[in-house]
Amino acid sequence: MSAMAKKEERWAWLFIAAPFFGFILFMAYPICFAVFASMSKWTGINSLVGNLCGLENYVAIFTDEKFWKSLMTTIIYLIGIPIGMILGLLLAMGMNRKIPGVRVLRTMYYVPVVSSLVAISILWAWVYNYDYGLFNSIIKALTGIHGPNWLGDKFWVKVAMIIFMTWKGLGTSIILYLAGLQNIPRNYYEAALIDGANGWQRFKNITLPLVSPVTFYILITSLIGGFQVFVEVQVMVTNGGTDYSAATVVYYLYDKAFSNGQLGYGCAIAVLLAMIVFAITAINFKFQNKWVKTMD
Amino acid sequence: MGQDHGLGGRKMSKEKDYASSALVTKREKIVNGIVFVLLCLGAVVMVFPLIYMVATSFMTKNQILSGSLTLFPDPILIGKYSEVLKKGEFIRGIFNSLKVAIPLLVVGGFTSSLAAFGFAKMHFRGKNALFLALLATIMIPFAVVMIPQYVMFTKLGWTNSLLPLIIPGCFGNVSMIFFLRQNLIGMPDELMEAAKLDGCSYFGIYARIFFPLLKGAFGTQLMLWFMGIWNDYLAPTIFLRSEKNWTLQVVIRSFNSYYAIQSDYALIMAASVIAMVPTMLLFFIFQRVIIESIAISGIK
Repeated sequence: MSAMAKKEERWAWLFIAAPFFGFILFMAYPICFAVFASMSKWTGINSLVGNLCGLENYVAIFTDEKFWKSLMTTIIYLIGIPIGMILGLLLAMGMNRKIPGVRVLRTMYYVPVVSSLVAISILWAWVYNYDYGLFNSIIKALTGIHGPNWLGDKFWVKVAMIIFMTWKGLGTSIILYLAGLQNIPRNYYEAALIDGANGWQRFKNITLPLVSPVTFYILITSLIGGFQVFVEVQVMVTNGGTDYSAATVVYYLYDKAFSNGQLGYGCAIAVLLAMIVFAITAINFKFQNKWVKTMD
Repeated sequence: MGQDHGLGGRKMSKEKDYASSALVTKREKIVNGIVFVLLCLGAVVMVFPLIYMVATSFMTKNQILSGSLTLFPDPILIGKYSEVLKKGEFIRGIFNSLKVAIPLLVVGGFTSSLAAFGFAKMHFRGKNALFLALLATIMIPFAVVMIPQYVMFTKLGWTNSLLPLIIPGCFGNVSMIFFLRQNLIGMPDELMEAAKLDGCSYFGIYARIFFPLLKGAFGTQLMLWFMGIWNDYLAPTIFLRSEKNWTLQVVIRSFNSYYAIQSDYALIMAASVIAMVPTMLLFFIFQRVIIESIAISGIK
C-alpha cells in the first residue's frame, strides 16, 4: 500500500469516526446489554448480575396473556398496510394522468405525514369522541343513530386505529408510487395498446410488475414501522384501552419496563421484538425475487 | 404542467413522450375529469380532520359540546391561543425543543455530511461492510435499545438534562448519511483527483469542493431531521425525568390528559395547532424538495 493510500485511509477513518462510535455506543452496546439483561430478574434497583435467571423471562413470556394479546393487536393493526398500499397505488395512478394541480393534490395528501404524531393523535382522539366527536356527529347527521364508542370498545378501537394509521401514512405511499409510475417508460403502454391489451391487462402486466420494487420498499418499511406503534396508543387511549384491547407490543414493553420497573423482562420482550422484525424482513428479502421485478 | 411531474431531468423526455403519443381522446378527457374530481374529494377527506382541529380551537365550549355537526366557529374566539401562549410550560416546551434541535442539527449535520463524504469519495478497507452495518441499524426498533440507553443515561446523570436527546444524534444520523452519500456518488470523482493533485487536504476537499455542491440535499435532509426532532415523543417521555426539561410534544400530551377532563378541547386544539405550525410552514415552503427526496428513497 502506497503512502498516499495509507494517508487517505487514515483521514477516511477520522471522517467516519463519529457515526462509527455512535453505532458502537448507542446501538451495538445497548443491543448486547439488552440480550444480557433479558436473562435477569433485574428491576434497575436490584443487581443485574445477582439476579440472573437464564431463560426464565422468555419462558414466562410464553404464557403471558398480555404479551400475546398485545402481539395480536400489533398484527391486527398491520391490516392497514395493504389497505394503504392499494389506496396509495390507485390515487397515484390517478395523479399520474394528465390532470391539473397534481402538485397541490400530492401536498394535501402528504400533510398528515409531516404533522406531529402527538398532535394528530390528540386530534383523532377528539374526532373519535363518543359524544361530541366529528365521526359520530356525521353518523348522527346522516343516519340519525348514535355511532359506536370508537375508542372505548374492544373491537371498534382497532378499527379506529387502523383508519387513523392509514390516513397518517397514505401520503408516503402515494409519493413513492407516483415516483415509481413516472419511471415507467410510456412506450411500454403504447406498445401494449397496439397489441390490443385492455386497461386491466396493462395494469396487471406492466404497471404492477414495474412498481413492484416500490411495493417491496413500502412493505418492508411499513412492517418495520408497524411493529413499533406506540405513540398513537399512548395518546389516544388510557392504560392500553378497555381490557388492554388497543395496546401494542411496544406499549406493553414500555408498560413493563417503565411503569412496573421490570427492566429485565422488558429487555426480553425487546429482544423478541427485534427477532420478529428481523425474521419478517429476512423472509421478505428471501422471497422478493419471486415477485419483485427490476426495470431492465 | 410539466413541472408538476417533478423529478428534474426526466421531465424533458417525458414531455416528448406525451407529444408523440398525442392520444388524448375525448373519452380520456372525461375519465381525467372524473379522476380529478375523485382526487379532490379524497384530498378534502385527508385535510378535513386538520381543518376541524383549527375550527375547534376557535369555538366556545358550548358550541363544541353541542354535539351537532358544526364547522364554523360562532362566535370566533382567539382567546385560547393567547391562553396557551401565556402558559409557562408551553413556552418552555418550545424552547426545550429548540435547545435540542439546534446543537443536534449543527453538530450532527457536520458529522453526518463528513461521514457521507468519507463513504462516498474515499477509499479504505472495510468501507462497504461498515456502511451496510450502519444502514442495518435503520431496521432495529428504537424500543429494543431504549431500556439499555435509559439505564446508561441514568448512570451518566443525564436524565435531569436534555443531553440524552442531544448527544446520540451528534454522532451522526444514518438516513442523512445514506442520502448524502447517494448524492455524492453521483458527483464526478475527477473533482476529487484534481483537488488531490493540487495538494488540497482531504478536509479541504470536503469543505471547499463537495460541501458547496451538496448544499441543496444537505438543507433538505436538515429540514427532515428537524421535523423528526420537533415531532419526537417516545425518546423524550422516557429520558426526561424532570418536568422543566419537557419538550413541546410531551407538554401538549400532558395538556391533553389534563384539559380533556375539563373538556377544554378548544385549548387542547389550540396548543396542538401551535405545535404543528413550524413543521407545516417548513413543509409548505419547501414541499417540492422534501417530497422529491422522499420519492427518490423508493426508487433508488
